[in-house]
Amino acid sequence: MSGTHRRDTRDGGPEARSKRDKRAGDPSGTHHVSAIVELDGVTFSYGDTVAVSDVSLRVEAGEFLGLVGPNGSGKTTLLHLMLGLHRPDEGSVELFGRPVDEFDDGGRIGYVSQKATSRGGAMPVTVRECVTMGRFAHAGRGRLSADDRAAVDDAIETVGIGELADRLVSELSGGQKQRAYIARALASDADLLALDEPTVGVDAESRDAFYALLDELNDDGITIILIEHDIGVVTDRASRIACINTELYHHGDTESFVESDALAEAYGSTGQVVHHHH
Amino acid sequence: MSDTPPPNGETRGPPSRGLRRTAELAGIAVTGVVAVCMLGFLLLYWAQDLPVASDLYAGFRSVGRGMDAAFGTNVFRHPIMWQSMATGVLVGIVAPLVGSFLVHREMALIGETLAHTAFAGVAIGILVTSSTGWNGSLLLVALVVGILGALVVQWLTERTDAYGDVPIAIMLSGSFAVGTLIISYGDGLTGVNIRGYLFGNLAVVTPQGARLMGVLSLLVVAGVALTYKQLLFITFDEQAARVAQLNVTGYNTLLVVLTAVVVVGAMQVLGVILVAAMLVVPVAAASQVARSFRETMYLAVIFGQISVIGGFAVSIGLGLPSGGSIVVTAIAVYLASIVGAGFSVNAISSHG
Repeated sequence: MSGTHRRDTRDGGPEARSKRDKRAGDPSGTHHVSAIVELDGVTFSYGDTVAVSDVSLRVEAGEFLGLVGPNGSGKTTLLHLMLGLHRPDEGSVELFGRPVDEFDDGGRIGYVSQKATSRGGAMPVTVRECVTMGRFAHAGRGRLSADDRAAVDDAIETVGIGELADRLVSELSGGQKQRAYIARALASDADLLALDEPTVGVDAESRDAFYALLDELNDDGITIILIEHDIGVVTDRASRIACINTELYHHGDTESFVESDALAEAYGSTGQVVHHHH
Repeated sequence: MSDTPPPNGETRGPPSRGLRRTAELAGIAVTGVVAVCMLGFLLLYWAQDLPVASDLYAGFRSVGRGMDAAFGTNVFRHPIMWQSMATGVLVGIVAPLVGSFLVHREMALIGETLAHTAFAGVAIGILVTSSTGWNGSLLLVALVVGILGALVVQWLTERTDAYGDVPIAIMLSGSFAVGTLIISYGDGLTGVNIRGYLFGNLAVVTPQGARLMGVLSLLVVAGVALTYKQLLFITFDEQAARVAQLNVTGYNTLLVVLTAVVVVGAMQVLGVILVAAMLVVPVAAASQVARSFRETMYLAVIFGQISVIGGFAVSIGLGLPSGGSIVVTAIAVYLASIVGAGFSVNAISSHG
């Protein structure tokens, strides 16, 4: 793992921090914007069906937020609202301190959708081609530079799939596929990693290794938002929990979530936290 | 495409991989040379009255007569055959190029739809020509109607939030219905060979049609080269591309417009009913054996070229329609690729 290397590039002294502050929309570079995502009174409906109702929450830089709730509770919709994939009917969303409509620095977000990872996919794309997509936001219309390709190689090595670089994504196991998508996010130098049920269909051992990788990335300063159906996994890993069933039932640190009644309320008293022992 | 160099790891591969890569590049180089020759012919034919061009054009004609003498044919001495072949060769490049994205976006039906829209365009062109005496190109009208159709398809799919079958199917049969109505209405007004547009015919290709195909091909190749990265990202993972702030709607629109441009050019030799095959079949064949997306594009273009040239040989040799001959050859290539892939069932239709 090259976690140390990433930490070096990420907290690379005052110059690098100043650059990140400017990217966060603060031209003076003196005020550090710590909220990665901020939702204020957000409501969203599909036709007459309200999916998300009056949700306000703030995701701070470096946080590991677990987003939980029963099936059909609006978790994915809420994540889509956070990332600007949906526009709220009411309320406001800010990404990196800017209104989501004005946010244009896509390279800062790595998104692994449920659809992407569950896709059987016969599209012949190699791991390297997939990870290279993470650099497209940086390269714009121009050619990829040697630095871009170095970032791709670095990302592939960081997630531990160097030997699979020239294999097709469609030939990988579920766990390996997840790592390829994470590598794509790392190649884009993302500050925020958003994952929608990434370990569906992944065996227990690969899942543990995958979450260990997420922990390392989070330790390196990457903010993580994770939708996960297994509440035990989330409460073991995440520092904060948002529990939603259309409305927000809980948003706070993991300990207070485990001790609260939010789970029973959101799940209609059927939910129960099962802790995994590693 | 030229804006994304080959991946780093390729030199580390086993020797067979290097050989495979060399064969692909050789195939692409041959295709490129053939395409340049064909574009050269179109340019010379257009400029044959100019001093230098007239000499070069005469040279081209004598090469054609030499080919006829060598093959015992009566084909290559006729400029109209070169126009048709040039159009076919260019279709064999641009259709699989655009098709590589369409097929993997599960938008194959769009090509078929736009061909039928373009057919309505031809019908409108015939009506306008016959009723006003305007002596313009039918293909140009088809191109305008095809592009408008592409924008409508894109609008419909955006509104229905998916490349849903239903609005596309309505558009497909609806535009064909409009085309047949207009042709029936204007029946007997012109001597236009409408069967040629339906089933493809080498004789349908006019000098203007071939020139239009030449210009459109350059535009399509340039368009794909300039937007390769974005189209690839959107094709592979549209939601992630949206999050990365790519203008997904804009690139989707570009893709359907490029498709409309390709089908209008291709309908001359392939015919409305068969035009979608060249967008789909070479890509399906390439996907059986390709080991990367870049390789899929290279192989699809090579397979497309084999299909067109093989189809022309069958068409000329047996006096059959060019469209059917090319498509049957393409399907033979597809079957061969399945055999070549060791009866792999890793088919396009297994998309999850």
